[in-house]
Parts: sequence; C-alpha cells; structure tokens
Amino acid sequence: MTATTTGSLPAETASPSSGLATGGATGVHENVACPFCGIMCDDLEIGRTASGLKVRKNGCDRAVAGFERPAVTSSPQIAGRDVNLAEAVTEAARLVRAARLPLFGGLGTDVEGMRAVMSAAEHAGGVVDHAFSEGQYRNFEVLQTTGWFMSTLTETRNRADLIVIVGSDIHKLHPRFFERIVATPEPMFLGAGKKRTVVFIGAGLDTSAATGGHIGEVISLPCPIAAVGEVVSALRARLKGVPLAAKDIAGIAIAKIDDLADRCRKADYGVMVWAPPSLAFPAADLTVRIVSDLVKDLNLTTRFACLSLGGNEGAVSAGAVSTWQSGFPLRVSYASGKPDYDPVRFAAERLIARRETDLVLWVASFTPDLVPPESDIPTVLLGVPGMTLAAQPAVYIPVGTPGADHAGRLIRCDNVVSLPLRNLGRSTLPSVATVLAAIEHAL
Amino acid sequence: MLIKLSGGTVYDPANGINGEARDIFIRDGRIVKSGDNERVDHEYPLKGHVVMAGAIDPHTHIGGGKVTIGRMMLTEDHIGQEVARGELTRAGCGHAVPSTLTAGYRYAEMGYTACFEPAMLPANARQAHMEMGDTPMVDKGAFVMLGSDDFLLRAMAQKKGSEFINDYIGWTMHAAQALAVKVVNPGGISAFKFNQRKLDLDEKHVHYELTPRDILITLARGLREIGVTHPLHVHGCNLGVPGNDETTLATIRAMEGLPVHLTHVQFHSYGTEGDMKFSSGAPRIAELVNKNKNVSMDVGQIMFGQTCTASGDSMRQYGNTKSAYPKKWVVMDIECDAGCGVVPMKYKDKSFVNALQWAIGLELFLMVDDPWRLFLTTDHPNGGPFTTYPHLIRLLMDRGFRNDMLQKIHPGAQAATILGSLKREYSLYEIAIMTRAGPAKSLGLKDRGHLGVGASADITVYDDIADREAMFQKPGLVFKNGELIVKNGVIVKVVQGATHVARPEYDRAIEKPLREYFDRYHTVRMDNLRVGDDEIIQSDKGSIIQQPTRARVKAA
Repeated sequence: MTATTTGSLPAETASPSSGLATGGATGVHENVACPFCGIMCDDLEIGRTASGLKVRKNGCDRAVAGFERPAVTSSPQIAGRDVNLAEAVTEAARLVRAARLPLFGGLGTDVEGMRAVMSAAEHAGGVVDHAFSEGQYRNFEVLQTTGWFMSTLTETRNRADLIVIVGSDIHKLHPRFFERIVATPEPMFLGAGKKRTVVFIGAGLDTSAATGGHIGEVISLPCPIAAVGEVVSALRARLKGVPLAAKDIAGIAIAKIDDLADRCRKADYGVMVWAPPSLAFPAADLTVRIVSDLVKDLNLTTRFACLSLGGNEGAVSAGAVSTWQSGFPLRVSYASGKPDYDPVRFAAERLIARRETDLVLWVASFTPDLVPPESDIPTVLLGVPGMTLAAQPAVYIPVGTPGADHAGRLIRCDNVVSLPLRNLGRSTLPSVATVLAAIEHAL
Repeated sequence: MLIKLSGGTVYDPANGINGEARDIFIRDGRIVKSGDNERVDHEYPLKGHVVMAGAIDPHTHIGGGKVTIGRMMLTEDHIGQEVARGELTRAGCGHAVPSTLTAGYRYAEMGYTACFEPAMLPANARQAHMEMGDTPMVDKGAFVMLGSDDFLLRAMAQKKGSEFINDYIGWTMHAAQALAVKVVNPGGISAFKFNQRKLDLDEKHVHYELTPRDILITLARGLREIGVTHPLHVHGCNLGVPGNDETTLATIRAMEGLPVHLTHVQFHSYGTEGDMKFSSGAPRIAELVNKNKNVSMDVGQIMFGQTCTASGDSMRQYGNTKSAYPKKWVVMDIECDAGCGVVPMKYKDKSFVNALQWAIGLELFLMVDDPWRLFLTTDHPNGGPFTTYPHLIRLLMDRGFRNDMLQKIHPGAQAATILGSLKREYSLYEIAIMTRAGPAKSLGLKDRGHLGVGASADITVYDDIADREAMFQKPGLVFKNGELIVKNGVIVKVVQGATHVARPEYDRAIEKPLREYFDRYHTVRMDNLRVGDDEIIQSDKGSIIQQPTRARVKAA
C-alpha cells in the first residue's frame, strides 16, 4: 500500500483541506468553481495578471466578466463621503437600529453571508428576501402545492435520451449548460448507437449550442414564451389520449405535439428543463406546475424528471439557508421576533413599492448588475465595487466576491450539490459575512 | 474547576451501574476520579434524581438536502410552531421538520447530547455538514450513503476486487466526513433510474446485473476489513411493502454472520395475512434477530399525527406517494450517486394500516431481548418527530398506559396484534442502554454514552417522576462537556457541539481512477467534492472528533 492515510494521524492532516483557505497570491488555480451562475462549473483554470485575475480555461462570458472584473479602488462611504470601515459599520448599525422594518434584500451572497443575513435580520426584526425570488417562487409555489420529480446536472448529463427545454433561453443564462450537460461526448448510459434528442418549446430560444456530442435530432416548437404552458398542457392531454379539436396550439400543429408525445412515451429517461427567470409572465408558476404534472404522468410508465436551472446571484443558497434556519424559503419577517412567513406580504419588491419598509440593506457580492431597486428609501449597500446606482446610498460598504476575493460555499441550481469557492487573492475586500457580523455586533 | 454531582441515582450500563447512588466529578469537561481533598467549586445535590449520560440518537434526519426540501414543502406544518428569538437562542420553527437551530435546542432540552444523520449522499455531504453546523447544542455525525452510486456498481460489475472497493469506501468516508456507511435499498435507487420498480434481495439490477445481496455483502465485508466500528447501516429492500418481512428475514440470513445494523425495522416487518393482506411480521423478525448476535437494529416507531417522510429510497418513496398527506411529494434522481423521496404523511390511529404499524413497532421493541442491539428511534421524522420520544419511552415502560393506548386504535389492528399480551416493561437501566450506552458502543464513540472516568461530561439529570413521559420530557439538568446547558428544560447556555468522524485507512492510489471518473462523467471535480476540515472548523465554527478505527486487514 502506498501513500496510505491512517486512522492515527491528527485530524488536520488526515483529511486534505477543501481549498477554502488556500489559493495564494500567485500561481495558477485549477478546478476553480465559478459563482457567477447557478450551474457552477468547477473546472475553470484561473491565473493572475498584473491587474487582476485571468480566466485561462473553461471560462464563459459570465465567468470572464466576473473573475476579470477590473479592480476599482473603492472606499466605504456615508452619504457619498469616504469614511473608514468602522465608521460605515457604525452608521449602518445606527440606521438598522432606528428602522421600523428593515428589509434585507438583494442577498447576492454565499452560504456564510446568508447565515450572517439571517442572524442580523432576526436581531433587527427585519424581513429577508432575495432579488430573484419572483423567479424562484415560480418553483416554490409548485413545490408547496404538488411537489415534483427532479433530476440533477450529472444525472441528466449521463442518462437523458430526451431533453425538452421549456420556454427558457438557457444559453444566455447559463452559457456552458449545453456544452457540459447536453452535448457531452460520452454519457455513461447512452451507448454508441443511442442519440440524445433535444426539443425546444418556445420561439426565439438560442439553439446554437445544441450540437455535437451525443446529440441527434434537434426539434424546435416555436410558440410565444407565455404560451409554453398551453403547449405542454396539450402534450399532457395527448399523452392521456384526450382528443383535441384545435388544429394547433399557440401556433404548434397538433401533429407536432403528437410527435413529441410519442417521443416522450418512448424515452428511457426524459428531462424537462426550465430556468425560472425565463418564465417572466404572469402566473408562470402554473406553467411550472403543468410541466411537473406531465412528468408525474410520464413516470407511471417510463422514467422522466424535471431539471430547474436559474439560481444566479446566490439565489439558491439564499433560499436554502433561509429554509433550514427559519423553516421558510425567504419572504420571512422577524418583526415579531418569530419568523413570520408570507410570500405575498413580505416580497421585497412590494415592501419597497408600498413603502412598508423604511430601510433597505442591500447585499450584492457577485456582480455589479444586482443594483438596489430605485426608490427614495434610505439604503445601506453592501456591494461589489463599480455598481452604477440611481441614487446615493446612505451607507456604502464595498465587499469582496466569494470565490475571487475570499473563500466561501455556494449551493448549485439543482439544490443538491454545493461547491467550495476559493480565495483567489484578487483583493482584500471584506466578505459580506464579516461586514454583517460587525453591523450586528454594533446593533 | 471541579464540579460534583452528588448522590444521584446513576444508571450507567456501560459500567454496569444500575440505579446506585453515586457521586460524579467533572473537571475540564471530563468525568474524573473523586478528588478526595480537592475543593469542589460547584456541587449539585442530586439525591433522588436519576442520572444518565447524555442521550444519543443514532438515526435522525436532521441535516441535508432532503430535510430542507421537507422544510420548504411543508411550510403549513410550521405555522403555529414558530419560535421567537430568545436571550440566548435564535428564532426558528418546530414540529415535523424543524429548523436546524430549533432541532438542536429541542434535542438538548430533552437531554440529548448527540444526534446522527443517517443518510448523507456524497454529492450532498457539504450541505449536510452545513446544516448540522447550524444545529447547535448537540454533537453530530453522519453516515455516508453508498450502494446505488455508479462508481461502486461499475467497480463491482467490472470485478475490480475487494481492495479497490475498500479503498473507495475509505476514500468516500474521508471525503464526506462520515462516521459510518449506510446502504439504502441496495442498488434499488439506481435500478429505479432504469425504470425498475422493485428490487428484491436476489433480483438483478437490469444494467449492472448485480443483486442487493451482492451489494450488502460487499459493503458489510468492506467495512469490517477497513476497520470501521459501526457495522453497515442497512435500509433494506422493499420498504413499506406488505410481505417485506420475508425480505428482512432473508436479509439477516444473507449477511452470513457479518456485522450489520438494520434500520427502521418497523417499516420492514409487514406480513400479508388477514383480510387486509397486511399483518405483523414482528414476532418472526424479533426471533431471528434474537438468534443472530451479528445483527443490531433500530425500530423507526411510528407515532400518530402529521409528519414528513424523507428517505434516500427514491424507488420506494415513489411507491409511497399515493399515501402522501397533504397530497404533494418530491422524488429525485441524484448525480449518478443516489436519490431521495420526501413524502408528507399523517399517521392516524383510526386507520387500520397506521394503527398496525404502530403496534408492529412496539412488538419489535418488546420482543427483541437484548437492548444492547436495539436502539430507540422514530427514524425522525419518518415515523414521527423526535419530540415524541418521551411518549414512546412511557409506552415501553408502562404496560397499563400502553394497553390504554392500544384500546384507542383501530379495532381491526387491535385484533391483529399480540401487543396486549406482551407483559414486558422496560426498566430505566434498559432505557439507558437503548438511548445511550448501546448507540455509543455501536457507533464507536469511545468517550460518549457512559459516565466512567475519562468520559466526556455529557450528563442528563431527571426528576424521578412516575409518569415517565413527563420525566423524559423535561430533564432538570443537562451538561455538555461539563457545562450546564439546560436547567429545568430551559437552555441556559448555547454550545456548538462537535462533529464525529471515522477515518479508516485507504490507499490514495484510488484517487487516480476516481479522478478520471469524475472528469469523464461528473459535473463536479473530485477535489471539489471533498469536504475539508476547514469547512467544519472555520466556516461552521465547529470541531472534529476523530473516533478510532481498527487496523485494516487484507480483503477476503
């Protein structure tokens, strides 16, 4: 036996470090996990240049933009005036303490940051909600009413012989989804003779990446995005043998729907894929529900599953941490001391629009795009440098990005896998967790 | 600082102490010899009080993705169970699938000082540890799931040999920071992905052409060879299926004397007799368990009321979805690694099936002779929330109470159970075995579950009340590592608790084929799957206790 670890070694050496605290200021980092979208590719190679980080391998546009974001010198500010971190923390704590109902919003942060958000929100009697909850609630509503049958990225990559993309422009949201999950050269369970069929339901979806690997036929059923639910409903009806009088559904000929029904019936393992942010039309949860119900029906005879993507800007981690700590997936108020859950009343957008909150503490540690909603409610911003803001925040504290400026952990879109984010030494900006802990301490 | 617990009635089965008045001394978090001439800094006079080691739950689903799916799905169960932030404690919620923080507090308030999550998927290990990290007060640990993961099934199908597989088991335990290994519906979770709807002990997986029996033997033998103390933790085939008593009996025989722990056996003890084709298989199973000293078990007692079942057994949980209450459920195929099924359930005493399930669990408790091989669980939250343990203890200790309860259940179930004729009443000594000494010994926790010199001072002190439910509901004092954490059922100090792991020997050469496999098929790199010590120690503000393993021996 060579290089054997033994039971008698001290704990620190017996199990190799995850790399959480590693990643020096020089050298090339391999197998780097990317926090800039929900599918969290972890095969990136990142090096350094004089001015910052350089994605050397396996980067998509989002990864390059995120890791190579130019370092901007940024100081904490109170009302636009440069102050030191301690002063900014003191002022932020004063504002949080004085607020009747502070809203902890944005929540673009990692697990550690989200833990700090929950603790501070509890302490301050505030509300927690993520900037992308509107999208996530298209799923949560279904989970809480009927549930679903889900798959994960690796399972789909190796097993699916039919992948149906439902109304979601996935290539734009997750630039490497097709490369890594759909167009894989060697799925474990698709032998040489077996091809993967890819179906797009919805007009205007970028199908360009659905090529190569084990992909066989690519089929498009172009209907208005808001009508994908009707098409899936028709598919479900046809699978149940219900006759349909219409010649087409939302512009899709019944014959094409029947053809898809036949493919579904014959699939060994079909996966219905959507990204909640793409289903941006009223009552989109009903579309998610139709898809979920269809998958339940298909499992009576063959194997089928759903795969929900999305989860950018730390949305999945925010939902998960909120759930395991409070029992509820965001939209929780601690005004009474207890977690009070109301997905309508405590939606951040509504609280701001109706001015039911008097202080917004906004967290955005991944990208400068996650700006606070426009309002004249005083804002404490914990954000990455370089954000373009409509209004001057009362307090601004620049924070680092987990996985570039400091270590962290983040949960992937499938709600199963979480990945360690490394400190690549890009800057010495503090983490959200550190800043929020300081603010809470000063409450 | 020297603390003295004086004159309490001590039940410490690991040291053979059965209800004797004893003094216990604590220094620096440990139980120490009486310090004859030393000044006692703090004395607790405990004459007439019952003193036991802190309780240990060896099978409770407290952390990981499927528990959080349950929490997210069953928000209506939290309503009215919300818990406000206190002076010392954080907010949260209780009942069937409590929040992590509340679960930790509730366990401590009931005198528990260690809890073990039995179904941690390698793919979800990081999250399971994060959730356990947010479960304060108690020590924790987790059993990593193997047996439907494609790496193992491929290795077995390709006849890679026992040493290769044993290295993989060892590597996985290290990577996932596990204390033990569990197998759930051996091969069945994978078979379900190939559209098999059941997989009997000797039925072949359509793709790998392996049987559950092959997988059970491979893993059980592997764990013995790499020296892991806790035997293979087995959730067998055919969970919940009438007639699965035969499967359970066959599984015990299949182990050929290898050490094995059968979990939530209540769900695997169903016969097919009677008009309803549903009957108790408990007497036959208890008889065979009594004869086979290599077998230990926990019950998975069901308790009436709303709960939520959460299991890695996607195949059988899918089968159970028709009984979901409320009518919603989640089933998942996971990462070429495992699966899960989360199905809310409301057990009703007026339902024949539920009532008989209740009786079957109690029959098992009362008919398995040796409490050292039988642990008290409800398989939280599958059979019921862990907060029902005090009620369960009274059912076991108080025959009159038990028979009163029996009168309330479905009359058909009353007629179908021999429960009323079972005279056994558990003693406090036996309860201490089942909830402390036994689990600690089985899990290999060398300084937990007993009150001997050198043990960690995890100690629970109860008032000796005739109503055992009231007694176990609210201990007077709970010490964790020598610190008083609960007084009269109220938390007086919040502690974090440690994570227990076992780190058997393995050959690092296994990382070469593993790395290739991950690079080729997975969406996570091998190195990123591994949960680092720093994550538990720094990020989760916890600590790691490495429990001993035996020297590895050559594979048979």
